[in-house]
Amino acid sequence: MLEVRDLEVAFGPIAPLSGVSFSLAKGETLGIVGESGSGKSLTAMSIMGLLPLSGGRITAGSIIFDGQELTTLAEPVYRKLRGGRLGLITQNPMTSLDPLQKIGPQVDVVAKLHLGMTSREARARTIEILGTLRIPEPKTICDRYPHQMSGGMKQRIVIAMALAADPDVLVADEPTTALDVTVQAQIIRLLDDLVKKRDLALVLITHDMSVVAQTCDKVVVMYAGRAIEHGPVEDIFHAPQHPYTQALIGCIPKGLSEDEHLTGIPGTVPTVVNYPKGCAFHPRCKAAQAICSTDRPGFVTKGQSAAACHFAGAVQ
Amino acid sequence: MLIPVSISISVVIFMIVHLLPGDPIDNLIRVGSSPDDRARLIAKYGLDQPLFTQYFRWIAAMFQGDFGDAIVLRRPVADLIAQNLPYSLQLGGLAFAFSSIVGIIFGTISAVTRSAAVANFMRGFILLGSTVPGFWLALLMILFFAVRLQWFPVSGARGWESLVLPVLTIGFGGVALVARVTRVALMDVRREDFVVLLHAKGLSSTSILMRHLLPHAMLPVVTILALRIGWILGGAVTVEFVFGRPGLGSLLIRALGQRDYPVVQACLLMLALAVMIGTLVGDVAQAAMDPRVREAKK
Amino acid sequence: MTSISSAVLGLRKTAVSRAFGSWLGRIAGGFLILLVLTAIFAPWIIPFDYAKQDLMNGNAPPGWPHLLGTDQFGRDVLSRVIYGARTSLSVSATAISISVSVGMALGAAAGYFGGFFERAVMTVVDLTWSFPDILIALIFVAIIGPGLTSTTFAIAIAYLAQFTRLTRAQIVRLKGETFIEATINLGAKPSHILLKHLLPNAIAPVIVVGMLAIGDGIVLEATLGFFGLGAQPPTPSWGAMMSSGTAQLFLSPWVIIFPGVAVAVTVIAVNLFGDELIRALDIRDRIKGA
Repeated sequence: MLEVRDLEVAFGPIAPLSGVSFSLAKGETLGIVGESGSGKSLTAMSIMGLLPLSGGRITAGSIIFDGQELTTLAEPVYRKLRGGRLGLITQNPMTSLDPLQKIGPQVDVVAKLHLGMTSREARARTIEILGTLRIPEPKTICDRYPHQMSGGMKQRIVIAMALAADPDVLVADEPTTALDVTVQAQIIRLLDDLVKKRDLALVLITHDMSVVAQTCDKVVVMYAGRAIEHGPVEDIFHAPQHPYTQALIGCIPKGLSEDEHLTGIPGTVPTVVNYPKGCAFHPRCKAAQAICSTDRPGFVTKGQSAAACHFAGAVQ
Repeated sequence: MLIPVSISISVVIFMIVHLLPGDPIDNLIRVGSSPDDRARLIAKYGLDQPLFTQYFRWIAAMFQGDFGDAIVLRRPVADLIAQNLPYSLQLGGLAFAFSSIVGIIFGTISAVTRSAAVANFMRGFILLGSTVPGFWLALLMILFFAVRLQWFPVSGARGWESLVLPVLTIGFGGVALVARVTRVALMDVRREDFVVLLHAKGLSSTSILMRHLLPHAMLPVVTILALRIGWILGGAVTVEFVFGRPGLGSLLIRALGQRDYPVVQACLLMLALAVMIGTLVGDVAQAAMDPRVREAKK
Repeated sequence: MTSISSAVLGLRKTAVSRAFGSWLGRIAGGFLILLVLTAIFAPWIIPFDYAKQDLMNGNAPPGWPHLLGTDQFGRDVLSRVIYGARTSLSVSATAISISVSVGMALGAAAGYFGGFFERAVMTVVDLTWSFPDILIALIFVAIIGPGLTSTTFAIAIAYLAQFTRLTRAQIVRLKGETFIEATINLGAKPSHILLKHLLPNAIAPVIVVGMLAIGDGIVLEATLGFFGLGAQPPTPSWGAMMSSGTAQLFLSPWVIIFPGVAVAVTVIAVNLFGDELIRALDIRDRIKGA
């Protein structure tokens, strides 16, 4: 359904994203994980064709959706896909709705635009979708303004907008980060349900490994603007090859045992202007050798997964 | 809120005028008239009463639509106002409408244009419009359009032709002001998160601009317009003077020169009234446009 | 007070040099420096005596030897424009300095002490703020009579509200910040907090807006002068020159055009340079928030 190959994004002279590849079929969920600043959101914006909004552009690689090359697509054609066959859910529901418009029209417009519905039909559909998202009293909600609703409710509205035209691919960029913990679980479960019921392809962008473990079929781990490991979720969790992936998995709290230590990864994510040479992770890597600071590692394949590390699988 | 403000405005206007030096009675008295004549005149205009009494008399009279008599012009002030106000309303209203409409259009163009030439032209226009003194612009307009090209009359208030140059002069500054606010507001809204989602819904840039960005940008524009109603009328003061048009501005300047208290007071009061109506209309418009404001008001 | 002056000095060293970084900033800044020098050395630069009448040569169009022509009394327009820079700049700069200092004191006190005092100050400020500057200045000049001194005070009063608002907004914003709260909790004296911590941090936006206001002040001075309420003859000021020129508007337009150009170009330069300063200091949001 969706295939991304060697994607590279540039803002003027700086290239904050390069060498990102993955593919995704209907009914599958792909997780993109990484700390903030690793280029996850840029990947989402690239798929949606919205990079120009922030002044970026795709400089290399390809994005193929349903057999169609997106990187060279003309804007009017792209616009039909957006909201129609590609849905987007953004990070912060508090600011992602227009505060001056009622909820109803903000959702209606998608069905009107992409399904050619009349206002009346679109409203009926909106109410139906809001209902399936377990929003109480969908009719009254349509006449409310965004500021009158909770964050969880707003995120459901955002999801409703993304679903209104029955898309094939849903890109969810940290859909739960800004929400309360209890609401987070609800939203994740909701998305999971949708993938199964509607046969959606979901790109779930998150920094939370435990969310990936719960919901995803495949995972791409990103660091400093590059994919450093990818593969089926079971493989990645059972036998992570890259030291960074290992460290990320090590950060997940395992249970409620008293003597458990919560660990973090020492050091900080490099910013775009100072990506380290060689393997970008080497300054924070416990197993780094001399070669790691000079040569960029290629992917080493093992089974269905691959890791970009000189010592893939060798370090534990 | 409005009541204490109007009371303080009226007190301030009343006081200011009484601090003015120079005596209007001096202007009335012919050379050689006796001190008795002088005393009679002072008594006639109530100038011998304590300030406090004068204030309450003034307020009470005003509520009956009686602004007193102009001391120098020797006519009821209400008549003078009634005579001049329509000219000011006409000029002010037209200049206001012109500034708003053209300003919003210019501001929008300068915010969305991809052409560097257009953007620079707009920047230049905004800069010129907000810096060039109004009276000088008025003089240049007269020189060029009225004297050189003879398209419009030099001065006076006969027919619509005589309105064109004054409206353009006030409008030049007004358009620049509105365009600047519109431009900045549009740039700010465009950076908001919800705009990304609007694009993600597949809306075209044009419909995003018209249905979402502009309504947001109008919030600060309405605030500024409401606040600056007084400024636009104030701009009319100099422009009316230069173009020799009747109006509150010309009346005020003449009255200031002749130290004609009642006229000055009435003119200032009218301007203050316009400012307050502007603020009020601005608040109502804000509430009509922004559901969050409506909620906060309840 | 040392920290205030060092804040200003710091501002000058870094921001001003950065404002000179762009070509627009360089042109505007260069022009302003040239203008100030011209104003200071006006008596030695002017080609003719600015007050010397030569009725035989009245209303002469621009040419030689009077590059910008002469007015109705045969006085050299160029010399009067140059000398007028002295009047216009000094009146506006003095007025705005008064406005800035009084406005800062009022605004800082209002923002810091709050309560009834703040409400009283802000009510008056909001009141005057919604009235056009020209009206406030006109009324004030009418009260104390025409002339350069009253023009100066009229301009100072007309812009007082702006600086009071701005300073108060800065102080209120700063007061909420952790380092100030910490200082207050440590039991520092109000005067210490105000002078050592609040004002130095609030000063940059106020100074920049003050600089921009000098441009507005020049326009206001010209307008008052145009109404005959500013500089009295024979002192040349840009506004007064245009005022006396209106009578000869059709006969010798250059008498009005050149002083107006001087005003416009100066104010544009002030605005351009001020914008560059705002960009260099990155304080756009702090100014807008007021």
